[in-house]
Amino acid sequence: MIELANVHKSFGKVEVLKGITASVEKGEVVCIVGPSGSGKSTILRCINGLESYDSGDILVEGARVDRNAPSIVAIRTQVSMVFQRFNLFPHRTALENVIEGPIFVKKEPRAAALERGRALLAQVGLSDKIETYPPQLSGGQQQRVAIARALAMEPKAILFDEPTSALDPELVGDVLSVMRKLADDGMTMVVVTHEMGFARDVADRVLFIDGGVIVEQGPAKSVLNQPQHARTQDFLRRVLHPL
Amino acid sequence: MQAFWRDTVEFLPILMSGVALTIIVTIGSLLLSTTLGLVWALMRVSGIGVLTGFSAGLINVIRGIPIIVLLFYLYFVMPELGLTLTALQAAILGLGIAYSAYQAENFRAGIEAIDKGQIEAAQAIGMGWWQTMRRVVLPQAVKIVLPPYGNIMIMMLKDSSQASTITVAELALQGKLIASSTFKNTSVFTLVALMYLTMSIPLILLVRHFEKRAGQK
Repeated sequence: MIELANVHKSFGKVEVLKGITASVEKGEVVCIVGPSGSGKSTILRCINGLESYDSGDILVEGARVDRNAPSIVAIRTQVSMVFQRFNLFPHRTALENVIEGPIFVKKEPRAAALERGRALLAQVGLSDKIETYPPQLSGGQQQRVAIARALAMEPKAILFDEPTSALDPELVGDVLSVMRKLADDGMTMVVVTHEMGFARDVADRVLFIDGGVIVEQGPAKSVLNQPQHARTQDFLRRVLHPL
Repeated sequence: MQAFWRDTVEFLPILMSGVALTIIVTIGSLLLSTTLGLVWALMRVSGIGVLTGFSAGLINVIRGIPIIVLLFYLYFVMPELGLTLTALQAAILGLGIAYSAYQAENFRAGIEAIDKGQIEAAQAIGMGWWQTMRRVVLPQAVKIVLPPYGNIMIMMLKDSSQASTITVAELALQGKLIASSTFKNTSVFTLVALMYLTMSIPLILLVRHFEKRAGQK
């Protein structure tokens, strides 16, 4: 449902994506791992047009992603995004954050959006925080509201950009378990993460990116347990045994 | 002192008619400058080259012309170009245009202070530029913009006295007229100063309230 073909992208003189070709099938969970600065987040940001790309093609359900074309709105309502720093709207309550897109972008009736918004917040374990403003929530709670906000668009896929990197360690688990449940329910997910345990257990496939190219990809367990490439081996050793 | 009270009783009614015009000029130019300032600021952050350039240039031109010259231009020159304005209209228009530059810079600073992640989150749920501004950026920018906005209100109240130069009989001009016909300069200008101060105090308190609220976040 998401296809990238030979995608190139430069920031000024620095080429961050050097020909990325990959695809994500419906219902698949794909984790993108790799060292920082390798272009992982840029790939996600290109898929929903937050970033432009210089050449190649990105297709979502057959429609080409072009951030300057009107069609980008339809693509963004189909592919939601969860950010590293949550990016909740601080001037709106948890529930208002969740219903913002359905009401103002998808023009759903308010009553229906409210009802689904409450159900989604319950689904991520935040029934008691419906009227709370984001600054009064912990990082883990904020990220779960952000996931509910992404789900409220009834997307066909969700992109997660290092969803647990800004969290205190003891809050990571809550967010990961919500994501795991989504995966079990068959949501198509592309997850940039440093949580190797999550990638190994939940992902169908793992892409290892370094220096703007896909160095290695395959079923999660084989890439993470028996990496073939020296760079993958080196990276995993550093992540899993930092001392 | 007794003389001052006597003068106060005598001149206050005349000066009050000046206060009415001062308030009309201030509110009129406040509304106009806010509207224009918002338009310039939105043009400036639109990301569209032509609009950004136009807005930046216009703001500099407006900032570079003294208010009094702008007023003279509107009141004395525009009739020669076929547009005759009453003194009050010219005053509101002139002050409104002059202050739109400061309003615009204030609004722009507020808009640009909003975290880029907010804009990305809005885009990611499919919002367009205008919707992002209206639903996400502007409501948050208001809090940042309000304290300086209050200061601009105070400055406008005082600068409304410049309308006296184009014959608007607001508070300053009424004072000057009374003073020059009665020679009671001390009483009259003390009264005028006190009346401006009285009008400023609520605004000063308002600014303090805004600052407190902005500081809470």
